[in-house]
Amino acid sequence: MTEENLFERMAKAVVEGQREEAEKLAKEAVRRRMDLLEVIEKGYVPGIQKVGELWEKGEYFLPELITSAECMKAAMAVLQPELKKARIDAPSKGKVVIGTVEGDIHDIGKNLVASMLLAYRFDVYDLGADVKLEKFIEKAQETKADFICLSALLTTTMLGQRKLIEMIRDRDLAGKYKVLVGGAPVNEKWAADIGADGYAENALAAVKLASRLMAK
Amino acid sequence: MIKAKRPKLELLSRPFIKKIVAEALVLLEKQGVFVENKEALRLLREAGMKIDEPAKRALISPELVEKCLSTAPAVIKLYDRFGDKEFIVGEDWVHFNPGSAAVTILDHGTQAERKAVTDDLVRFTRLVDCLPNYDFQSTGLISSDVPEEIADSYRLYICLQYSSKPAVTGTFRVEGFQPMYEMLLAVRGSAKSLAERPLAIFDACPSPPLKWSNLTTQSLIDCARAGIPSELISMGLTGATSPVTIAGTLVQHVAENLSGLVIAHLAQQGAPVIFGGSPSSFDMRRGTTPMGAIETMMIDSAYAQIGKYLRLPTHAYMGLSDAKVNDAQAGLESGTGAVLAALAGINVVSGPGMLDFESAQSLEKLVIDNEICGMAYRLIEGISQRDEPLALDLFQDFRQGTQFLTMPHTRKWYREEHIFPSITDRETYDGWVSLGKKSMTDRASEEAERLLREHQAALPDEAVMRELGKIMKREARNAGLTDLPASEVV
Repeated sequence: MTEENLFERMAKAVVEGQREEAEKLAKEAVRRRMDLLEVIEKGYVPGIQKVGELWEKGEYFLPELITSAECMKAAMAVLQPELKKARIDAPSKGKVVIGTVEGDIHDIGKNLVASMLLAYRFDVYDLGADVKLEKFIEKAQETKADFICLSALLTTTMLGQRKLIEMIRDRDLAGKYKVLVGGAPVNEKWAADIGADGYAENALAAVKLASRLMAK
Repeated sequence: MIKAKRPKLELLSRPFIKKIVAEALVLLEKQGVFVENKEALRLLREAGMKIDEPAKRALISPELVEKCLSTAPAVIKLYDRFGDKEFIVGEDWVHFNPGSAAVTILDHGTQAERKAVTDDLVRFTRLVDCLPNYDFQSTGLISSDVPEEIADSYRLYICLQYSSKPAVTGTFRVEGFQPMYEMLLAVRGSAKSLAERPLAIFDACPSPPLKWSNLTTQSLIDCARAGIPSELISMGLTGATSPVTIAGTLVQHVAENLSGLVIAHLAQQGAPVIFGGSPSSFDMRRGTTPMGAIETMMIDSAYAQIGKYLRLPTHAYMGLSDAKVNDAQAGLESGTGAVLAALAGINVVSGPGMLDFESAQSLEKLVIDNEICGMAYRLIEGISQRDEPLALDLFQDFRQGTQFLTMPHTRKWYREEHIFPSITDRETYDGWVSLGKKSMTDRASEEAERLLREHQAALPDEAVMRELGKIMKREARNAGLTDLPASEVV
């Protein structure tokens, strides 16, 4: 099998949501001592880009979107440790600390966003659900994060988003981390009201938003 | 005389019901449920269930489920605030009540959603009190002008004052139960009297899949001991938090409900529990939870049928819409839901007034949906024989020009056989034009205003009012509020 064939199969595995295939091909690339950065760029990235296009066209729905993101994750889990061993910086578009704020145990939406960010090569530190506000800041400082992403499904816990932004301001950390908010009761207006750096309506929109802010 | 045949919707065959229940029992036995409440875990352990302590996971045996089912009341009676009027929650009785705990109200003037405040809650409660097709009140709006810590008890405080209908309510925090219980006691006078004549139903929502949070488990336990009926609100989202197939979701739904019944019964054997829910067909594009989807209504109707098979009272969230304003979609989804719920014989049907995936309430919609519920009630009354013979007598003097308008028979039966809507448009075109070409929503808004102006709610007697005020003020003070918001509408 030529490298071109392999790249095509990698993209196809991501588009079709074949997780085991995506993982197997990544291992094959490692075995063949291929240029792993090229593998990511020419094999897997076109796959997830195609998935994004299909989503925007309305052909792909959440089950396809999320399984493709999982394929991406599986492949990266094989490739990243190898890159690290070879002391090659894995291509990262930015560091994200993400979680659902305290008092709120809903994490489907947050997981979708985390998976998509990961699939689009952001470094994602997922703190889970019901996360103490303090924890977001600690993790952001520890990882030198670019973004803190806060999810909330309840109108009561949504207030935690405002509180975190106040905490960041109080500690003179404003501007250091971009705070993005999301969740069912959250909207553009709320994000603006509380002084968040952005709001995204769905997982792919979150990727675009974060990419746009990184490019600034 | 031939009695009316109760029209009935049954989506599942008997073997299908048995298969779903059988899988649910295996699920409880092999996978179990997560229970994040120490007392419930202790009760389950003492009942001989296998508990994985670190994981807070309990495996529940089919024998225990069967035992609880054998003592579960098939019929629960609720009573209004006066303790006079009785409502049977069970068999095929249908009681509509507004969808509960909306966070916003659709403002008719601006046609935008906004946060609700005390006045909205009072107006909502008074309107529901006087709309005849709502048997129960619901603590339907969350008032944003009181601290979150007292948002649950504050709803009940307003409800008990401005309405005498039984209430569907629930706690937002473990601590919320005590003041709410005290309020119900204040109305009934004693714990015994409250247990004998329940005034409120408390909703308890497991977290799908198969998890009982500390709050909701505590509510189950507290209610069981106080004799307050618990309504179990399982809410799987197909393909997201429950299996994507309707039958698969039903398996999880039944398992969650049965585990709730077991927890309630371990706290108090024979405790009143309603087999209910608010599942939905998850929108795979937007990640939303459409309550107006036909598949959502199919899940509701089907689990209610299973609840009946298990001889439990039933509940569902139907008769509501995902539309953001009172448009055609709102009428379509609410009408379909209310009619299906009535045909399915669901005992407590929560939903009227609601828009936007259970997050908004609308006074206009309450008025419109009241009309929908009236139609649904008429439908399930069915067609009965009124006379013998049915019609031959009326044709005795039959000739050209015979009419029925002046016959005594017409006058005798027309109000029994037909219902009369108050805001549905049945004008001629010219009549409609001369009345200002109003939409149903406009007429509903005017009707809501008229009812609110004219309705005289029967307030509780002074001693009860004082006691309710005392409890609420104490809670408000503990939450750091010096005084309760004043209501301009009394």
